[in-house]
Amino acid sequence: MSQCLSALRRVAVAAALFGFAASAQAVVEIQFWHAMTGANNDRINDFAKKFNESQKDYKVNAVFKGSYPEAMAAAIAAYRAGSAPAILQVFEVGTATMMSAKGAIKPVHQVMADAGEKFDPKIYVPAVAGYYTNTKGQMLSFPFNSSTTVFYYNMDAFEKAGLDPNRAPATWPEVMAAAAKIKAAGASTCSFTTGWQSWVQLESFSAWHNTAFATKENGFAGNDPKLVFNGPLQVKHIGNMQEWAKKGYFTYAGRKNEPEAKFFSGECAMLTSSSAAYGTIKQNAKFKFMVAPLPYYADVAGAPQNTIIGGASLWVMGGKSKDEYKAVARFLTFLSDPERQALWHQTTGYLPITLAAYELTRKSGFYEKNPGTDVSVKQMIVKTTDKSRGVRLGNFVQIRDIIDEELEGVWAGKKTAKEGLDAAVARGNEQIAKFAKTAKE
Amino acid sequence: MAMEKRVRFRSWWLPYALIAPQMAVTLVFFFWPAGQALYQSLFIENAFGGDLQFVGLDNFRELFNDVHYLASFKVTALFSAAVAGLGLAISLLLAVFADRAVRGAAVYKTLLIWPYAVAPAIAAVLWMFLLNPTLGIVSWWLTRAGIEWNYVLNGGQAMLLIITAAVWKQVSYNFLFFLAGLQSIPKSLLEAAAIDGAGPARRFATIVFPLLSPTTFFLLVVNVTYAFIETFAIVDAATSGGPGQATEILVYKLYKDGFKGLDLGGSAAQSVVMIVILVTLTVVQFRYIERKVQY
Repeated sequence: MSQCLSALRRVAVAAALFGFAASAQAVVEIQFWHAMTGANNDRINDFAKKFNESQKDYKVNAVFKGSYPEAMAAAIAAYRAGSAPAILQVFEVGTATMMSAKGAIKPVHQVMADAGEKFDPKIYVPAVAGYYTNTKGQMLSFPFNSSTTVFYYNMDAFEKAGLDPNRAPATWPEVMAAAAKIKAAGASTCSFTTGWQSWVQLESFSAWHNTAFATKENGFAGNDPKLVFNGPLQVKHIGNMQEWAKKGYFTYAGRKNEPEAKFFSGECAMLTSSSAAYGTIKQNAKFKFMVAPLPYYADVAGAPQNTIIGGASLWVMGGKSKDEYKAVARFLTFLSDPERQALWHQTTGYLPITLAAYELTRKSGFYEKNPGTDVSVKQMIVKTTDKSRGVRLGNFVQIRDIIDEELEGVWAGKKTAKEGLDAAVARGNEQIAKFAKTAKE
Repeated sequence: MAMEKRVRFRSWWLPYALIAPQMAVTLVFFFWPAGQALYQSLFIENAFGGDLQFVGLDNFRELFNDVHYLASFKVTALFSAAVAGLGLAISLLLAVFADRAVRGAAVYKTLLIWPYAVAPAIAAVLWMFLLNPTLGIVSWWLTRAGIEWNYVLNGGQAMLLIITAAVWKQVSYNFLFFLAGLQSIPKSLLEAAAIDGAGPARRFATIVFPLLSPTTFFLLVVNVTYAFIETFAIVDAATSGGPGQATEILVYKLYKDGFKGLDLGGSAAQSVVMIVILVTLTVVQFRYIERKVQY
């Protein structure tokens, strides 16, 4: 088959040389594996379709491969069998694994340079692109769907509890004062809950307060950092949350996005979770709600700094032909188009990944028409510090699981905040050491 | 008048040819992967491959020094005992009643067999819908009855959820075998016992249960294996091993470390440990329990 194809290509080249129609040229087909479900899946298919229609040389096949971990495991198995896709969507916690997989991947900046595609890393939002950039300032993967941590509240419940629905609690003490009022007034059965507890309450929380989560710039400056999220600030916050859980202000509802359902069902009046939950909440909530910045502690110097991203980026796999890489480069350029990015941002709740897309959205009046949608962007468009650029760790998937397990122990009252976080740090460090053994830089 | 009951093949190669397909399937799908696991458990490597490092028994040493891995044994033991025990007891009870039912027996039997057709993940989701703290109707009743139901935080409740789903799903299978076993018990024996004055309970204890023992034994082996391995989908769909590690059974931990954590050496070592446990359990069952079985 491939022989037949390359023969065809040779004939086509000859034909082109003799001045025949270039349309006889063989189409280069590439696979793009992703983990987007529902409406976002449709949007990806639409991107691929539009790209395929926009030119005749390349064809992108977008294939849904299950959840993020499933897509990644599938790609690894495929790579080992010699049939990896050209483009793979990898969630942010898989970043360190991908970076250490030398040979299995081809850095995006190199793909673009080799293909002679115009590529300027500066057009991307720094806090987003920075996560996927190495210490030399080279972009390794292509930022695609990024979200960050924000605060949602039920305006109707606020009104019922005698709170000002137009004023969001800005600090954690204010959140809890509101929670107490909501509970006392019986405005909702649950006052506050949080999705993605490790990401929101520890990773992003630390960055928001410009406090280290791990040494070596949270793992950006080497693959053997030590976790330090058992510092006084984090212990205080987790301890507070435990206290709030005891008082019935905070209801734990799951490790991932399950708590979002508790918010849009009206059961919980306040939620901290991903900015990408906006679409689902808007679709399901039968009450007025508002998005506000993530709360912080006002007595911490440097707070609020910036929150950190979640979501995924696109990695280009190694071992492909020159033509295939050209196809990839063209597709990535296609995706970077400001209009396309602006639409992606506006319809999904993901962050705009280019500054132009943000400007375009702002000028179109989208943020005025949809109050709260710019909160995540504003949290991100600041200059990041070594402590706030993000968290990049080996075996991060396991570390998140460990943090989830230990926090559940804290919420259930089996451990104190200090005990839980100390245990999570110790167990997490073991995972990092284990990763460093297989990933030499 | 001793008669040769066994069939003898004339050609020496025919028997081998006849079992060859079965052997091929076993070798390719069972022995080869098991051998791979054994091999891989002695190495660590990058998820994408290419840098295999021999580490001897380090992966195993690490496992048995990990208190959380050891805790997973306890969880698995509790879960498996509960699933096999409850699964067998409930289905035996149902089978005994089905065997005695006069009217509507076919409907009753058919309905009891239904859950077996449900995929484990679906079974877990069905129970989750009933018991989900936010959406579940049962949890709504429980909350109204003053019971704080939140299995995402309460480990005991989470365990109860996965045991319920796993048992519910396996009851049909056990039921079928028990029913067949009951129907093969000669009626004359039971009638003779009844004439001698033995009541239903006595008849069950002295005649039915002993004669059913080959079936019970077979089901015990199957159920333990089921609880160990096939319940993976239930745990994955319902609790993902949480809260804490309250429902992290061995097979789930293996999956989590291997497929989500991409620690191939470590999870290969775990699968070797699981193979050893299952082989040991099966051997023990055959050597000690089978002796008490009356064929």
